[in-house]
Amino acid sequence: MYDIASIYQATSVADAIRALQADPGAILIAGGTDVLIKIREGKLAGCALVSIHELGEELGGITLADNGDVEIGPLSTFRDVTYSPVIRQYIPVLGEATDMAGGPQLRAAGTIGGNVCNGITSADSASTLMALDAVLVVRGPAGERKVPIARWYKGVGKVDLAHDELLVKLVIPRENYAGFTGHYIKYAQRSAMDIATLGVSCLVKLSGDKQTAEAVKLAFGVAGPVPMRAPAAEAAVSGLPIEAAIENIGPAALQDVNPRTSWRASREFRLQLVEELSGRALREAARKGGAGV
Amino acid sequence: MMEILRCTVNNKPVELGIDPRESLADTLRQRLGLTSVKKGCEVGECGACTVLVDGVAIDSCIYLSVWAQGKTILTVEGLQNENGELTPLQKAFVEEAAVQCGFCTPGIIMSAVEIVGSGKLYTRDELRKLISGHLCRCTGYENILNAVERAVNEAHKFVGEKE
Repeated sequence: MYDIASIYQATSVADAIRALQADPGAILIAGGTDVLIKIREGKLAGCALVSIHELGEELGGITLADNGDVEIGPLSTFRDVTYSPVIRQYIPVLGEATDMAGGPQLRAAGTIGGNVCNGITSADSASTLMALDAVLVVRGPAGERKVPIARWYKGVGKVDLAHDELLVKLVIPRENYAGFTGHYIKYAQRSAMDIATLGVSCLVKLSGDKQTAEAVKLAFGVAGPVPMRAPAAEAAVSGLPIEAAIENIGPAALQDVNPRTSWRASREFRLQLVEELSGRALREAARKGGAGV
Repeated sequence: MMEILRCTVNNKPVELGIDPRESLADTLRQRLGLTSVKKGCEVGECGACTVLVDGVAIDSCIYLSVWAQGKTILTVEGLQNENGELTPLQKAFVEEAAVQCGFCTPGIIMSAVEIVGSGKLYTRDELRKLISGHLCRCTGYENILNAVERAVNEAHKFVGEKE
């Protein structure tokens, strides 16, 4: 039995917003894979829950919009994202990233919206969503607003989401994925059921002759308190021949990151991972794009 | 503060009173006596409590029973044939000696039900990944993999997708 004061099952997004407004202490629960564990640990013991678990019709689904943007319902599970035909066809790197969270049963329960809203730096989908410059559509009592993911993270576990607001859609604009291929590397102690020691996501757009990295996007999880882009590294290697870009991206990325020492790994080890894995991620992304590297 | 839960458990419609604070693992074990659903870590890491909800394997320890309203749940107790015999999947576990202490077995069987039911063939590495949400502290993974692989291959002969 969970130590929960009450659980309200919202019947719609509007109903969930009303319930959150009515109780300033209420906690929103979606897939439950984070919130229930925090309750079990005692961190959220005795809380009142507002559940949106059953709002799949309103908050699920992954579709290609008429303008080519990919729209992801936040209640889509990791598994939904991985097996989505739209994601497989247009943004396979995102499906590969969500396929590395936890294990199969967790991926069938945990949601991509929760992964983004809990504000955790190790979130497996976060670095790829950062690299893709995802746009987060948030709805509250006053209506909807759009937040570029670059402005979403406010600190450890804190995101730009008010108590009475819900993430209702994740949008990947067409120009952010079209022509790019990507690769995500999760470095962890175990190959399943583990939290990333470091996560690296790299996207590359190759020139027509597959010789030049015309544009490179690089993002990290656990290289700082929140998921982050690596603007210095991106600027340093965009436009370079592929091999030169692969060689230079790691050292350049060291200017962008600020990892800490935790029980999982030291700062120094994480810096080494940043330097080494950035090049590997770029190489693999370029390979997927057809480069002979 | 009891609530009424109506759902299908092991092919039978059930209607029972639950406390909304219960996990599905609690409800299945304590109210329905389905003790194949094991409570191990209780934080969604070990997979011992795995059941199928609408055909999908989930950790029932981190699934609230109120979410099961109207859904279809399957546990190992629902796998027996009408005459009480084991299913081919369960027999594969026996024949491959894939059981040591047995605590993780029901959960793995349920994940395997989903895997086998897909009718697809998998490489050994794919199967490793598909059962990676289960911990066997006897560390008998090789025989477990052998059993799942055997069941997948046998099922594929009957229900496999056309190549």
